[in-house]
Amino acid sequence: MRSLHLASVSALTMAAASLGSAAQAEDLTLCWAAWDPANALVELSKEFEAQSGHTMGFEFIPWPNFADRMLNELNSGGKLCDLLIGDSQWIGGGAENGHYVKLNDFFDAEGISMDDFAEATVYAYSTWPKGTPNYYALPAMGDANGWFYRKDWFERDDIKAAFKEAKGRDLAEPKTQKELLEIAQFFQGREIDGNTVYGASIFTERGSEGITMGVTSALYPWGFKYENTPGSYDMEGAVNSPEAVEALEFYKEFYETATPPGYTNSYMGESLDAFKSGQVAMAMNWFAFFPGLFADPDVGGDKIDFFVNPPQNQEGSTLGGQGISVVAYSDKQDAALEYIKWFANPDVQAKWWELGGYSAHNSVLNDPGFKDSAPFAGDFLQAMGSVQDFWQEPAYAELLIAMQKRLHDYIVADQGTAKEALDALVEDWTEVFEDEGKL
Amino acid sequence: MPDTPATRAAQATPPSVARKIKGLSDRAIAWIFVGPTIFLLLAINIFPLIWTIRLSFTDFKANRAGREIKNVGLRNYERILTDSDIWLNMQATAHFLFWTIFFQVLIGFTLAYLINKKFKGNDLWTTIIVLPMMLSPAVVGNFWKFLYQPQIGLFNYVIAFFTGKDPSSFEMLGSVQLAPWSIVIVDTWMWTPFVMLICLAGLRSIPDYIYEAAEVDRASKLRQFFTITIPMVLPFLMLAVLFRGIENFKMFDLVVQLTGGGPGSTTELTSINLKREAFEKWRTGYASAYAIILFVTVFGLASIYVKALNKVKER
Repeated sequence: MRSLHLASVSALTMAAASLGSAAQAEDLTLCWAAWDPANALVELSKEFEAQSGHTMGFEFIPWPNFADRMLNELNSGGKLCDLLIGDSQWIGGGAENGHYVKLNDFFDAEGISMDDFAEATVYAYSTWPKGTPNYYALPAMGDANGWFYRKDWFERDDIKAAFKEAKGRDLAEPKTQKELLEIAQFFQGREIDGNTVYGASIFTERGSEGITMGVTSALYPWGFKYENTPGSYDMEGAVNSPEAVEALEFYKEFYETATPPGYTNSYMGESLDAFKSGQVAMAMNWFAFFPGLFADPDVGGDKIDFFVNPPQNQEGSTLGGQGISVVAYSDKQDAALEYIKWFANPDVQAKWWELGGYSAHNSVLNDPGFKDSAPFAGDFLQAMGSVQDFWQEPAYAELLIAMQKRLHDYIVADQGTAKEALDALVEDWTEVFEDEGKL
Repeated sequence: MPDTPATRAAQATPPSVARKIKGLSDRAIAWIFVGPTIFLLLAINIFPLIWTIRLSFTDFKANRAGREIKNVGLRNYERILTDSDIWLNMQATAHFLFWTIFFQVLIGFTLAYLINKKFKGNDLWTTIIVLPMMLSPAVVGNFWKFLYQPQIGLFNYVIAFFTGKDPSSFEMLGSVQLAPWSIVIVDTWMWTPFVMLICLAGLRSIPDYIYEAAEVDRASKLRQFFTITIPMVLPFLMLAVLFRGIENFKMFDLVVQLTGGGPGSTTELTSINLKREAFEKWRTGYASAYAIILFVTVFGLASIYVKALNKVKER
């Protein structure tokens, strides 16, 4: 990564020269979620301030309130944010409701090519309608749902022997979803150093998006599809397919047999807490948290390792991450576009990765040293090769809330069957698309 | 002319203003004073209500300003009233309302009755008992969440101490059977002091001579309780029930902090569901119809109740 670092210094100098012509110094506000990468972005943006003369302010909202707060801001035409790193699912609404500035002309004028960014991230974070060359964001932060585990426990001879005896195979990173459950069940209720520990912490949160993000991490490896034919909104037989039913039953079994008691409404924070407090052997969470976990003095370093969401019928990871957009209601769009231009610079992207942000730029991801630059870098690359995202429709919030309800009712509240939950979900989604005039 | 504040004010009034006011009738002057208040009431209360009624017949979405608004007639009302999930929310709300009011009245009245007896430390105990209602619902929700935590929560350990069960063998917030009771317990803990204070006011308003007369007539303590105490405290008690009923019908913050409406939708009260429809799904037309239905329900029930309360007072 040293080569990347050296290159970044020289390129930042060049970027400084190009930005030096900024006509008027502005106070820009960038809005994002409050989490580890946001701190890295503050650090990174100091370079932009020094070079452009603009000053950067930041509005970071805690994740549980991020969507509510930011979507209200956009819907009311608020001028709080000049730049917004919005969730991938907002791109449809951002584009159709005129919240985001279309960036095609700007990209063409500044020579910014979307071919320079990982294809999956451009598709997910930038385009609307999906897959068309209409860009409303620059990929800012690649992310996916992955796993981390207590490597020190996995390497202990007594635990290895107990696992071998119980399961007839060696204890190692799981290669399938079913192996993942088997390992979690093995650790559930086990005594380690005098403490009772549990299998894994998974997402079960009801209020925002938690349980949907967790369950889709099982659905996608089973081959879940939102529609029989992409763009047709034909969901019957896809959303409630036998594979989807099996995956949902799997997640419920995981929740019931391999998670700590009381984790009925847990998402990112609770997952991190469970792991850092030594309660669980494994945990799911977004790659964005992995640099912080690796640096953790208690459970990081030699005690932790990471793995990509295991496949079952196929590879599949739930997409996280965001693109950076210019807010259409901002009075400082020129300065905001300057920031985008600066951020798209390959060397700024290299520094972004060094500081703990997940660059989606090909020059960073394809660098020969990338895989070895962090213990989770290779897993990140692998995950980004098979990511799937939730609906990105303008009505995504209605679609998401319906799924949250159906999943929580079935998994946590133990109501009905997996098939009934998915059938009800198809009905809910059909109603939403009928209201939208798409069915 | 006597030197009073009114005459001094009249003398201080500029002649031009005085001339203008002189020409106005008492009724007109009254309107000048009342007018701004009526205007504010119309602007803040009546206009939004009429606007909400209008929106309830449309498919308007507040987050899609450019979208064509269609008139859908009674479709929103029909959808709401035939939606089994909404009836489950109504049931959850009714369960919460009934049991919180039941326990708060029972415990609140008992505490008031005990506190009303003269004993040493009476004032100190009153202060201690009313402490919970001075806290913010968000704070209460958060710390009860910890108390209910199966692994470290004090509540589970107390129950385990008395029942011999393993503390982590039951989840107050995660169990479909226990979660509705967990929110009832917290609301009762927080708001029983309010009912107690109202009952205490009622008890202290009963003149001693009535009890003295009953003593002379050799009425037993039990007879005194049922023929003097209860009837005279009843209007106060009914007022407390009205306040708590209205408050709990719109309960939101405490339950959101505790369960977020879960597990599943077990504790999703109508106010939580309405907020999801209006400000998360942005189905403004649908949510307006929902709000109107709830408004009519509360208004209707409250009107009947207030009539009953007035009858009790008149007795």
